[in-house]
Amino acid sequence: MKPASIAPPAGVIEGYRYVAPAVECDGATVRMDAQGVYFQQLNDAVREEIASGAKLIRLSNVNGQRYIGTGLRVSGVKIEVEGTAGNDLAMFSDGIEIEVFGNGQDGVGNTMSSGRIVVHGDAGDVLGYGMRGGSVYIRGDVGYRVGIHMKAFEKLVPVLVCGGKARDFFGEYMAGGMLVLLGINARDDSQPIAGGFLGAGMHGGVIYVRGSVEPWQCGAEVAIATVGEEHMAELRPVIEDYAKAMGMDAEDILSQPFTRIAPMSHRPYAKLYASM
Amino acid sequence: MQQSFVQPEFRVKIDYDKCHKCGRCVQQCGWGVYDFNERPVPHDEKCRACHRCVTFCPAHCITIEKNTLAFRDNDNWSTDARKAVWKQAETGGVLLTSMGNPKPYERIFDKLLLDACQVTNPSIDPLREPMELRTYLGRKPDNVEIVPDGNGGFKLAEGAGVHHNIKLDTPIIFSPMSYGSVSLNVHRSLAMAAERCGILMNTGEGGLHEDLYPYQDNVIVQVASGRFGVSPEYLQRGAAIEIKIGQGAKPGIGGHLPGEKIDREVSATRMIPQGSDAISPAPHHDIYSIEDLRQLIYALKEASGYKPVGVKIAAVHNVAAIASGIVRAGADYVYLDGFRGGTGAAPAVIRDHIGIPIEIAIAVVDQRLREEGIRNQASIIAAGSIRSSADAAKAIALGADVVAIGTAALLALGCHLCQSCHTGKCSWGITTQKPELTRRIDPEWGAERLTNLVHAWSHELQEILGALGVNAVESLRGSRERLRAVGLDEQTCRILGVKPAGL
Repeated sequence: MKPASIAPPAGVIEGYRYVAPAVECDGATVRMDAQGVYFQQLNDAVREEIASGAKLIRLSNVNGQRYIGTGLRVSGVKIEVEGTAGNDLAMFSDGIEIEVFGNGQDGVGNTMSSGRIVVHGDAGDVLGYGMRGGSVYIRGDVGYRVGIHMKAFEKLVPVLVCGGKARDFFGEYMAGGMLVLLGINARDDSQPIAGGFLGAGMHGGVIYVRGSVEPWQCGAEVAIATVGEEHMAELRPVIEDYAKAMGMDAEDILSQPFTRIAPMSHRPYAKLYASM
Repeated sequence: MQQSFVQPEFRVKIDYDKCHKCGRCVQQCGWGVYDFNERPVPHDEKCRACHRCVTFCPAHCITIEKNTLAFRDNDNWSTDARKAVWKQAETGGVLLTSMGNPKPYERIFDKLLLDACQVTNPSIDPLREPMELRTYLGRKPDNVEIVPDGNGGFKLAEGAGVHHNIKLDTPIIFSPMSYGSVSLNVHRSLAMAAERCGILMNTGEGGLHEDLYPYQDNVIVQVASGRFGVSPEYLQRGAAIEIKIGQGAKPGIGGHLPGEKIDREVSATRMIPQGSDAISPAPHHDIYSIEDLRQLIYALKEASGYKPVGVKIAAVHNVAAIASGIVRAGADYVYLDGFRGGTGAAPAVIRDHIGIPIEIAIAVVDQRLREEGIRNQASIIAAGSIRSSADAAKAIALGADVVAIGTAALLALGCHLCQSCHTGKCSWGITTQKPELTRRIDPEWGAERLTNLVHAWSHELQEILGALGVNAVESLRGSRERLRAVGLDEQTCRILGVKPAGL
């Protein structure tokens, strides 16, 4: 029984219909037509198919439906999205693999625990917020507040690679994991590779930027350094995996020097207070 | 080192004639007050007046006194204000403190009195007659659909009634306190007591330790801006999910759990590295509007199989409009935390000067939701600070569905309100992660004391309801006619919707 707050209203909601999507099964591969289907019906159908053994789910005509893959705790299952995935794609997810042939919107991989998200397009704001594991690869540009408060724990080390440029607050409050910004597949050549406040409040993890950033772009808590061989050892496999997922040439990406941005302290505010 | 101008706040007095020289005080004190040189020698400046040594001294020979050191009288420059300036001149730091606002702002609960029946309608004796405290937390339907039952009566239509509500045996729950700020044994005590009392405890933002899994049906799991310990498993285990926007003790600011409190277990539960600060940003960076809040509420519902999702906010000036937005965003409850609410650590300037009283917040939120016809869509939880069953009854009469207790629960576990949680050295083993201190709380003992408290307050609530001549807490909810004000100004009475005594 659905709670009353989302009881089926008659007709159209927010441009979508309250109907189940058309589903075609072929063994462990399932095709669903998301055309005009409300997010709840779409995601209910996805969850049902996964519960009954689907390994590959292809969603066609996706046009902004939210929460695709949100909260899923499965491994060995892949969702392919044709179209524009809506906000909070794969939020709170743990193990799902998602490939988007189109753009992502806001909150891709928000508070994600593990899994793999590949977006063959741009993505919006709060990408990978609070993410603690898995990888998110974006082909093009990303919005504001990307990788905010990414963290790591033991074997869980999140990796987020953006092929284009980023806006302000990239890696703000970052506590762990790796953020990579390439600036290659960007829409606007006149933009700097990152906005302001890069790594502001950062107290863990590392940010790699292809090319360089100016000190004015960075928060007060980080140190900017050139990348040495010891760091290339951790960056190279990530770039190689990203290039493979995007059909790009890893050596091409690695042909330019990278800049490494890391926090100066794990406890940036330890001396801020006086105990009463 | 430079001489500090700040003199000790307390004097530790030992009656050495009675003293056994046993060293128990040395061992009990978490603050390191005592040296031992043939007999205990106190260092007054370290004393927090927590009474741990006093309580456990077998000879009862220790007493703590205020340092009565005279300052020249000055109503404007209080002793505390002078000390604060010296402290900041010495350190350059933001003054950090803990627990609720201790300042002498007006306490509205103490100026409200409840009604009772006399002559014209009978009071009820709850010892011999049924008295219902059961409360359902969550959204209620807009209308009740009934159908004939075939025997000349009626029954609820199929699918009608409440869904996704949490049944509470009494309208008192435990407020969010994170593992990290309090010890795991405190969390265990709260969880066991919540199960025994048929109520809820709340993880706070520090994740859910696996030792609490057996009690998960009595646990609210919290999602705050740091997203510590938040995974799909965490969301699916909780009975309800709470988005923490704000806290009464520190509205509008985030939190820093200092690295020294993050040991292996805390780090595993929060899923963050050991020893680095756990920083909760001031806002959730995916919530910049009511629409964003709605998006997060529905993300949590999607991820949890449509469990109730509540939103906790600090009571601030525009609380009614904010609460209305929260309800319209789809929240199943709104948790209001008044400006006297407790905290494990907050800048004193924030704790002591920001927010509004919970009494006002309950009244204006309840009124606003009623006026907008959406009061049924969400429950109201009120906290900050509920000190007794009388405060609980008054909060419910003003419009709350449920009250949450944090400080009272910690008092039950031994807290003496010394306001030093942020030091991580709590001698009572409550707000510390030091193993030699945390083992002072046996969860079974703690659960029993908490259960006693909740049961005692529940009995008292029943007595109050009986005196009011009603047989269910439902009948008191929002019934401001059963309250009268003594000594409150006209404007405050109007805002509260309460008449002055005599009218």
